Amino acid sequence: MINFKTIIGLEVHVELKTSSKMFCPCSAEYFGTEPNSHTCPVCLGLPGALPVPNQKAIEWTILLGLALGCQIPEISKFDRKNYFYPDLPKGYQISQYDMPLAINGSLVIKEIATSPSAPRNDKIVRIRRVHLEEDTAKLIHGENATLIDFNRSGVPLVEIVTEPDFTSTEQVKEYLQKLQQIIRYLGISDADMEKGQMRCEPTVNLECEKAGEQEGEMVYTPLVEIKNINSFKFAQKAIDYEIQRQLEEFEKTGQEKQSGNKTTRGWDEVKQKTFLQRTKEEAEDYRYFPEPDIPPFQWTETEIRNSKFEIQKIELPDTKIKRYIKELGLTETNAIILTETKEKAEYFEKCVKLGQSDRLEPLEIANAIINKKVDSETLDPDQIIKLLATKKSAISLTESNLKKMIEQVLADNPKPVADYKGGKTPVLEYLIGQVARLTKGQAGPNLVRNILVEKLKN
Amino acid sequence: MKLNELTIKEAREGLKKKQFSCLELVKSCLEQINKTNSKLNSFITVCEEEATEKAVEIDRGFRERKPLLGIPIALKDLYCTKGIKTTAGSKVLENYIPVYDATVVDKLKNAGAIIIGKTNCDAWAHGASGENSDFGPTRNPWNLERTPGGSSSGSAVAAAADECLAAMGTDTGGSVRLPASFCNVVGLKPTYGRVSRYGVVAMASSLDCMGHLTKTVEDSALILGVTAGFDPKDATSSNKPVEDYLEGIRGNRGTRRIRIGLPKEYFGEGLDARIKEKILGALGVLEDLGAKIIEVSLPHTKYALAAYYIIQPAEVSSNLARYDGIRFGNDRDKFGDEAKRRIMLGTYILSAGYYDAYYLKAMKVRTLIKRDFNEVFKKVDVLISPVSPNPPFKLGEKVNDPMQMYLADIYTVTANLAGIPGLSIPAGFVDGLPVGMQILGPQFSEKMLFQVGKIYEQSTH
Repeated sequence: MINFKTIIGLEVHVELKTSSKMFCPCSAEYFGTEPNSHTCPVCLGLPGALPVPNQKAIEWTILLGLALGCQIPEISKFDRKNYFYPDLPKGYQISQYDMPLAINGSLVIKEIATSPSAPRNDKIVRIRRVHLEEDTAKLIHGENATLIDFNRSGVPLVEIVTEPDFTSTEQVKEYLQKLQQIIRYLGISDADMEKGQMRCEPTVNLECEKAGEQEGEMVYTPLVEIKNINSFKFAQKAIDYEIQRQLEEFEKTGQEKQSGNKTTRGWDEVKQKTFLQRTKEEAEDYRYFPEPDIPPFQWTETEIRNSKFEIQKIELPDTKIKRYIKELGLTETNAIILTETKEKAEYFEKCVKLGQSDRLEPLEIANAIINKKVDSETLDPDQIIKLLATKKSAISLTESNLKKMIEQVLADNPKPVADYKGGKTPVLEYLIGQVARLTKGQAGPNLVRNILVEKLKN
Repeated sequence: MKLNELTIKEAREGLKKKQFSCLELVKSCLEQINKTNSKLNSFITVCEEEATEKAVEIDRGFRERKPLLGIPIALKDLYCTKGIKTTAGSKVLENYIPVYDATVVDKLKNAGAIIIGKTNCDAWAHGASGENSDFGPTRNPWNLERTPGGSSSGSAVAAAADECLAAMGTDTGGSVRLPASFCNVVGLKPTYGRVSRYGVVAMASSLDCMGHLTKTVEDSALILGVTAGFDPKDATSSNKPVEDYLEGIRGNRGTRRIRIGLPKEYFGEGLDARIKEKILGALGVLEDLGAKIIEVSLPHTKYALAAYYIIQPAEVSSNLARYDGIRFGNDRDKFGDEAKRRIMLGTYILSAGYYDAYYLKAMKVRTLIKRDFNEVFKKVDVLISPVSPNPPFKLGEKVNDPMQMYLADIYTVTANLAGIPGLSIPAGFVDGLPVGMQILGPQFSEKMLFQVGKIYEQSTH
């Protein structure tokens, strides 16, 4: 068995859900729309048409960059990536080459625990760049012809490129899920992989120990980029397959990584295999050059500061988790589950707020939601809280027990009782407090109030 | 005088005073086209029906408020016109009918102009003689054996031969100014970004300027007032307010305070002595009128043409990629030799390993050329130079020598590289052939160029 390490880098493409396309006013909605109904001279690449960048898409890309801890360089620009393909009407894609909108960020993911009881360590994945480009049209292959639907042509597409920091497919999955979560928190894309709103292209190779005389010397296998991945599951399967394939290949040929021997392979879900798509000799020279139709951007310090301020207003999952643990007393597991989606977290936070008056602890609420003691799928937060409060008093005290305890409080506090009956009604709050003390807060204050008022009438 | 021979200014007055109808004006242009086009080959498409209809419509409800109401204007066949064939002078787009109007076309139509036809040009605007058109060369009305200059060959000829009152051209390296000079008309290349490029078949995007050819300086100013302005569809268009270009040329202003630079690099070796004499003569006239003539230097001029022939084909190679043989009817093998030459040059220039040595270096030269102009415009208001080193050359003379053809742009490409405006105005004749004079100014100084141009024009009429 060869001693080896896996090295994986990721390029992830995410379609932004801006209302209009990247460079024209056409609707960016294309899923389920009538083919070629959202087109204009710009996204059809007609003679004379010119691109005008979508401000919102630029702002969102910067926002994502900041959420990933990136630096925002003061100057950025678009470039042309030239290649021929029927889905690319201009013969070039407007992308960003050497001056992306965001650079040098990182994303912290959790290592997979070695055993259920072992702690999950943090793993930092470095983000090389985040840039903005346009999506291509969609080719629909029929029996006798290939049709082109330009509705997707020009939809804003963000590309997030990592350093080759992953050493396992589990880490890749963690990263993709976390990235998806952040993107959804920012509300800039639904990032649904099945719908093609999020796509990933891993680049994989191995660091292997040589056999025989040179034993102990580590070498790298040739780089392989994998395309056609449209789910988390496929990503894992494709990478796992590729690791095994490269290992066998290395055992057989001993071929090492060199400049010029990177290949591109596609994932075939039916055959459960990657297949060779392109070798470097066939690889394109994209002849990048600055897009002359769009002037470069120069951000002022204030603009960058404003973007940073904007991102600070959004509480991202990691910050939320920390706050839930520290301020609300949740366990880490609970906090992670409740922050899975922004909606879930917002729901929980609403419950916590409402639960305060019924002295429901955040932890109790969290447990109830997570363990499905209450149906958070269908009920509103206030319904949940009412339910929990009643349940709580029911579980902890039967009503007759509670009544007995209240009677005791009344007996123990003749003066306040007299005061109340004499018209000093605010003293009721004091009595409620006394009941709460006696019941250790297990009775809902509203219930206690009702019983007290009833008893004091007599 | 025939109606088609009028200037825009004269025609507007005539129409306003109802001395003639718009239909009569349009018909006189159409008649002239009928008479001369077979000889000159200035039009690819004549919009007889549309123009006539429009004229009738205008006559029915004549309102004189629109600045170009009823004025027949020709468009270089690079301007997309909704429903009217637009070929860019190339067989690749032989039968292409756009679904939309270019912003300039839109503006002209809104100003009341009548599109009389689409003019011949070098295919994709590649050329200095009009001979690269796939629809045959255009001939110079002053001498049918000579070229009218290019690439806006048909537009210059249409204006010079009174087939229209004015014509739109495009200027990427001199393509409005050179034919204006060869055909004895006024040609303006505006500041880059002053006029929207949206809807005009792109040649080299960072250099392309939408200019026009007219019979007088005043008409030129009038048209710029219509075509200029910010366009939300062109990210490189300027949001600087449009000036009243006519203001500066009304009345008889002297040249007393105008400082005119004579750039020595534009008067050196290679310049025909007779042209040099004409331009210096013109400078003398302006000096007599009170202008101050100062000799200046633009030291990086000698690198301009080289830089231009790097940047321009690089952008051309990318801009022509959309004519992929899939969508516009004809395949890429329909590209002519010059387009193929520029696609190959540009592709090579942008290739990995060559980009830094060519493209990046050319962009640095471009910066230096801009800096030259910035420096010089601290000392002078405008610069005056020849437009072309030679008088109009013979058809066929340079077609097999692209290098010689490229050299025709030597005095004009600098303005495109620097993004500054240039006005070409008639400055006399050499052996019966027109000679043009170029007035260059800082960015957005069109008003000043018109003013100087008008003063000279008046002094020679």
